[in-house]
Amino acid sequence: MSAVTDALRVAPTANPVIQSFRDSMVVAKRNLIRMSRIPEMIIYGLIQPIMFVVLFTYVFGGSMQIGGSTSATDYKNFLMAGIFAQTVTFATASSGAGIADDMHKGLIDRFRSLPMARGAVLTGRTLADLVQTALTLVVLAVVALLVGWRVGSNGDTNVGKVLGAFGLLLLLGYAFTWIGALIGMSVRTPEAATSSGLIWLFPVTFISNAFVDTSHMTPWLRHIAEWNPFSATAQACRVLFANPGQSQSDAWPMQHPVWASLIYSALILLIFRTLAVRKYRRAAG
Amino acid sequence: MPGAIYAEGLVKTFGDVRALDGVDLDVPEGTVLGLLGPNGAGKTTTVRCLTTLLRPDSGKAVVAGIDVLRHPNEVRRSIGLSGQFAAVDEYLTGRENLQMVGRLYQMRARAAKARAQELLEQFNLADAADRPAKTYSGGMRRRLDLAAALVVSPPVMFMDEPTTGLDPRNRQQLWEVIKQLVSGGTTLLLTTQYLEEADHLAHEIAVVDHGRVIARGTSDQLKARTGGERVEVVVHDREDIAAASEVLRGFGKGDTTVEQHTRRLTVPVTGGAKLLAEVIRELDGRGIEIDDIGLRRPTLDDVFLSLTGHVAEEKPEEAAK
Ligand SMILES: Nc1ncnc2c1ncn2[C@@H]1O[C@H](COP(=O)(O)OP(=O)(O)O)[C@@H](O)[C@H]1O
Ligand SMILES: [Mg+2]
Repeated sequence: MSAVTDALRVAPTANPVIQSFRDSMVVAKRNLIRMSRIPEMIIYGLIQPIMFVVLFTYVFGGSMQIGGSTSATDYKNFLMAGIFAQTVTFATASSGAGIADDMHKGLIDRFRSLPMARGAVLTGRTLADLVQTALTLVVLAVVALLVGWRVGSNGDTNVGKVLGAFGLLLLLGYAFTWIGALIGMSVRTPEAATSSGLIWLFPVTFISNAFVDTSHMTPWLRHIAEWNPFSATAQACRVLFANPGQSQSDAWPMQHPVWASLIYSALILLIFRTLAVRKYRRAAG
Repeated sequence: MPGAIYAEGLVKTFGDVRALDGVDLDVPEGTVLGLLGPNGAGKTTTVRCLTTLLRPDSGKAVVAGIDVLRHPNEVRRSIGLSGQFAAVDEYLTGRENLQMVGRLYQMRARAAKARAQELLEQFNLADAADRPAKTYSGGMRRRLDLAAALVVSPPVMFMDEPTTGLDPRNRQQLWEVIKQLVSGGTTLLLTTQYLEEADHLAHEIAVVDHGRVIARGTSDQLKARTGGERVEVVVHDREDIAAASEVLRGFGKGDTTVEQHTRRLTVPVTGGAKLLAEVIRELDGRGIEIDDIGLRRPTLDDVFLSLTGHVAEEKPEEAAK
């Protein structure tokens, strides 16, 4: 070996936590560069939630009963927390597709042959998806404001609470990208990851308080909806935004939505991160 | 002392398929081993076991003096891998790809940057360095993939069918790069389906079939077993067969075989293209009209035929994973 290459040889093992963080950042940067070169993906990701905002506001607006009121304005203010929560969970599909794509193209083999932290490929991808989710949320919030959504429409709130609500949304979205990561490693193609990332999300997000007042549901369905992790975050957002239509149910998650949202997201994150990283390690292929 | 790459009794099964059925290898430091075999022979599986991507069911593997099964992460620091399918991120530029790999080899940002530049120049990619790899030709992608495997100048390299799918010009180019690399003392395990490639690059060849090494030796030794090069002539007129046979006897290094009905004569030779020209001149001088003439070098099929008595059978290869 020449002197030059010797100097370039790999550094001795760093602290594993630092290495894990650094490797995740390298992979996150790679995925963000990719995303910036495929802007149509981000744009497609925006069209659907924007369409939901517009359709639900103007089509269902006058016919929905929210907490006894059929006012279109009340429904609009009720609706946004639900759409925000649904939107952040759609990152599941894109993270799953991204990881399936890497597996498919053999890029994972390259990563797995490098002396890098084991979880970094997945962490990097989910972090990049988190950035994209945050961007999507910003755009969506602006659209919501344009169609007339207002925080504090049903009580008092403040900047801290509103930011807290967005924090809960991002945490939920981040937890769900790990479900996507697990899906991405379990399927054979990116297309399969996209559809299997979305298919179960529709029932999960619709059997909830996201778009309708759960008090009108049949009891068994209402029960599911009130304990749905997804409902906890939507309810927490409504509380923090001071928007109408908060569930009056006795169910614990509806009574303590902020805690419930935090606990649910943390649990999902923990469980699916563990499963995904374990699967990655074993992904013998 | 075991070599830089050492394997003993590697076994790997996928369901019913016994992909590796006891592979033994020993590659001395600084040499090149060509792993030669048809599709489905177990080449990729061997490489994946040795590069920590796959855990063998049983057997022993030592790479760069490190036990692969016990210390996979230490092995990863000492190897470079260029897999069967170019593993580059097509949305990243060539430079970004190399820098990323450098960082993941735990190089500092500045070192990774400098090394990327060095490699881009060495691999003739400097002009395309800042274009997404998506715009690269197959040959360029292969070179980028190889460059990525060389980021830390690892002492042990693995290349899985590095030239499959490349046109002859790109193949030639890549051979030059590989030769340069191994002249620097790198130990290399290279898999290929082409005897010519192994002949060109490897010090020693191991022929694999059905997950086993069925023969090993230098390319000369293997070729000797197959009869080496041959000149094949197809004469136009049946009456000329005897005369042509006499001409060939003068040049041949063995018995001439004659197929009457196809008017084809074959004789083992040494001396390559130069000799072929002489044969043509001589036949021409005697007024023997020929339909076809060629120099036939032994192929993987010939090696297989002589080793196993049957031609290399192709197994449908599993979808890439
Ligand atoms: N992941 C896998 N699952 C099932 N079978 C596999 C897998 N990988 C390889 N095989 C099988 O193992 C055998 C050897 O494959 P491989 O090592 O890829 O051969 P080669 O690289 O020489 O073409 C083939 O029969 C192939 O179908
Ligand atoms: Mg192969």
